[in-house]
Amino acid sequence: MYNPFTLKGKTVFVSGASSGIGKAIAIECSKMGADVFITGRNAERLNSTFLELDKGNHMQIIADLQTDEGIKTVVEKMPSVDGIVHCAGIAKPLPFRFSGKEVMNEVMGINFYSPAILSQELLKNKKINRGASIVFISSVSGVLCSSVGGSVYSASKGAINGLVKGMAIELAAKMIRVNTVNPGMIDTNIYVAGTITQEQLNEDINRYPLKRYGKPEEVAYLVIYLLSDASSWVTGSGMVIDGGYTLL
Amino acid sequence: MELNLFVKNFAEIFEETEAGLFKPSTKFRDIEEWSSLLALSVIAMVDEKYNVSLTGDDIRKSLTLEDLYNIVKEKK
Ligand SMILES: NC(=O)c1ccc[n+]([C@@H]2O[C@H](COP(=O)([O-])OP(=O)(O)OC[C@H]3O[C@@H](n4cnc5c(N)ncnc54)[C@H](OP(=O)(O)O)[C@@H]3O)[C@@H](O)[C@H]2O)c1
Repeated sequence: MYNPFTLKGKTVFVSGASSGIGKAIAIECSKMGADVFITGRNAERLNSTFLELDKGNHMQIIADLQTDEGIKTVVEKMPSVDGIVHCAGIAKPLPFRFSGKEVMNEVMGINFYSPAILSQELLKNKKINRGASIVFISSVSGVLCSSVGGSVYSASKGAINGLVKGMAIELAAKMIRVNTVNPGMIDTNIYVAGTITQEQLNEDINRYPLKRYGKPEEVAYLVIYLLSDASSWVTGSGMVIDGGYTLL
Repeated sequence: MELNLFVKNFAEIFEETEAGLFKPSTKFRDIEEWSSLLALSVIAMVDEKYNVSLTGDDIRKSLTLEDLYNIVKEKK
């Protein structure tokens, strides 16, 4: 069957695969024919993703990407790949005034340093195949907008969007493409800590022209496009997927 | 933990509202300056000063400052 978006024959790494968007990306990539290598911190939830993968030659590794050992383990265990999806990340809604160095280190650590350093280590260890595609899950926040309590989170995502542009230029020599996906609010557990109330979220939904939040699968479909050969001429781009949120 | 100190810490987050206006019986969500930013600030202040994680719902279901103080005390 004609399918320019197939991932057959590709090996794809997905971080943050134990929950939310990363979980959907791992599952959908396996359904498109990819072998996936998934990681997360929570063994039980990572395994539940693993069990939902379509057939293929898949692997799962538990690792805390905030630590040097975590990154080392992933790099050692990882086969060489055709696709990388950096999805591990946290949101920590805090007023700017309360976002001290500790908060900055935590948020920049997992949202910016970890995916940047992991990419570097994989390049040094020649684990990224020629023609591969690297996708960073960034956000509309920090690139097109922000929110109350979102200053440091926005900074971490803005930093990713900048990083990707430079990486895309340098890695073009190896035909490696580097892009970001910038979602608006997606229904996941990211705000489960409860500092934002359901009431506030319901109010927020009304600010979306399409009158709902996105689904993790909808982000996954865009990631599939960027991982597939259909997007061979796309690099250094930030792809917004936000139900029209940033139009208003 | 002491209620008066809690009220003082709470009052300090506000920029416009006079500190003297805050009492244990104050219905804080009715204060004109109250906003989603202040709600997040209260959560951050309580985390910093009392090492307690409040949720947005804890704040929503408290009417007065004393109600909120009691939740913090319970969670401590
Ligand atoms: N949901 C949204 O509205 C939204 C919007 C725009 C962008 N995003 C971005 O999308 C990405 C995924 O978010 P989500 O909504 O799917 O969140 P989520 O459901 O909370 O999942 C976050 C994932 O990141 C992993 N993770 C966090 N810290 C980690 C660490 N130190 N080491 C390794 N893994 C770590 C978690 O692993 P464990 O659970 O195993 O610890 C989990 O798999 C994030 O980068 C987020 O910023 C989300």
